[in-house]
Amino acid sequence: MATRGFFGKRPTEIEADRLPPGQYLTEDFPVLSAGPTPHVDLDKWSFTLKDGVRPVAKWSWDEFAKLPHVKLTRDIHCVTKWSKFNTAWSGVMIDDILAEAGIEAPTGFTLAHSFDGYTTNVPTADLVGGKAMIATSYEGKPITADHGGPARLLVPHLYFWKSAKWINALQFTARDEAGFWELRGYHMYGDPWREQRFTGD
Amino acid sequence: MTTVEPSPGLAQPHRLAWQEARVEAIHAETPEVKSFVLRPQSWSGFTAGQHVDIRLTAPDGYQAQRSYSIASAPDDSGTIELAIEALPDGEVSPFFHDVVEVGDTIELRGPIGGHFIWNAPLGGPLLLVGGGSGLVPLMSILRHRASVAPEVPATLVYSARRYDDLIFRDELFRRRDADAHFRLEVALTREQARDGLHFGRIDAALMARAIGTETPKLTYICGSNPFVEAAASLALAAGLPFGSIRTERYGG
Ligand SMILES: Cc1cc2nc3c(=O)[nH]c(=O)nc-3n(C[C@H](O)[C@H](O)[C@H](O)COP(=O)(O)OP(=O)(O)OC[C@H]3O[C@@H](n4cnc5c(N)ncnc54)[C@H](O)[C@@H]3O)c2cc1C
Repeated sequence: MATRGFFGKRPTEIEADRLPPGQYLTEDFPVLSAGPTPHVDLDKWSFTLKDGVRPVAKWSWDEFAKLPHVKLTRDIHCVTKWSKFNTAWSGVMIDDILAEAGIEAPTGFTLAHSFDGYTTNVPTADLVGGKAMIATSYEGKPITADHGGPARLLVPHLYFWKSAKWINALQFTARDEAGFWELRGYHMYGDPWREQRFTGD
Repeated sequence: MTTVEPSPGLAQPHRLAWQEARVEAIHAETPEVKSFVLRPQSWSGFTAGQHVDIRLTAPDGYQAQRSYSIASAPDDSGTIELAIEALPDGEVSPFFHDVVEVGDTIELRGPIGGHFIWNAPLGGPLLLVGGGSGLVPLMSILRHRASVAPEVPATLVYSARRYDDLIFRDELFRRRDADAHFRLEVALTREQARDGLHFGRIDAALMARAIGTETPKLTYICGSNPFVEAAASLALAAGLPFGSIRTERYGG
């Protein structure tokens, strides 16, 4: 159904090719989160890998800083409809984290945990193979607290609520367990190109 | 740091289908904000604080989507009210202001949102903090509370640029005067104080006054991101528990 009188401020053709359906391009970097911004001290920061309830590896901030860091520049897409092109991050690839821990991913599902109690689920296959990282810097600077600093998950090919801010653990789970927004009606997978915003999309 | 309880009374997730809604009424609320009463074809209710997604389609198939909070309280009218602020150079909000007329149909789906919501089983006291159009979902919560749980103490802290920018101003003042359990603190950032309204941004003193003697069980903060960051920091500094504060950020 065409909307009477609506013509729109459409993006250029080149932009449109890179924009998933229902998204619009933004230059600034909006912030979304369910609660206040937690401010996590670096000396209290830690990141844990867990297999079910069992911790298999843990890093302090200084230990994590010694892991191999790489740069990743990607387009990102938020379920609230904005997309941002060429966001430049650096951090530690999940592949390298697993290698450092000396393990192969034990299960097909992963639940990301954050310092504020937030959780989100991602299939393990979407975290490995060069697809995702724990990012610690954005545009060459430490990630600010409102954008998830000191460290956030970055899974750029899924809607951005999957890229958990203030991350402190990745937990391998036997089943695909719904996280915070997934329990509240958001999609279990969240592919922007298939517009998987809500349950049933 | 916090445990987040799922909210009681939340409907099971179901497939959200796009549908047409008829524009039944349009009211100018402030120089920048108009409210729109919409009647979706099929509507089975919502929880105060939720929003809908709007989808506009151009003749060539190009579409734009945006989210808008529901301002009305859940009731059996079959209609919902949105309050939309016109942003200069925006794509969707100026369309609502300049083009949409009573009788038009607009595509929407919803209700959406399972966190920034309130219903009576969640109880109170409530602290609601809104900046600009961030008032909208708080208005739904206030209206719902007034009809189902008026004994739940509620305080609204509302920041706007000027007196004339206060959305639903008359209704808010009427509720303040009529409702012993509702307190209103208004901060005007670009205009001198009047009628007991505060001049300047929300600050620690205003937050302390809003919290008063009864620590809120739940705090809802909504507005632009800088506003939400500032208000949430003040709420935390005033000692409110992290896990009792819910935020909704309208971008920017
Ligand atoms: C859950 C949720 C609920 C919401 N509820 C409400 C609500 O109840 N009421 C409400 O009014 N809003 C609400 N919003 C915000 C709303 O969704 C839109 O973001 C808002 O209406 C702006 O959309 P727009 O298309 O008019 O502007 P956009 O086109 O998205 O532009 C956004 C801003 O960018 C600026 N801009 C655009 N293009 C350019 C450019 N080329 N150069 C420089 N600046 C530019 C515009 O001036 C504008 O200020 C809500 C948002 C969310 C996420």
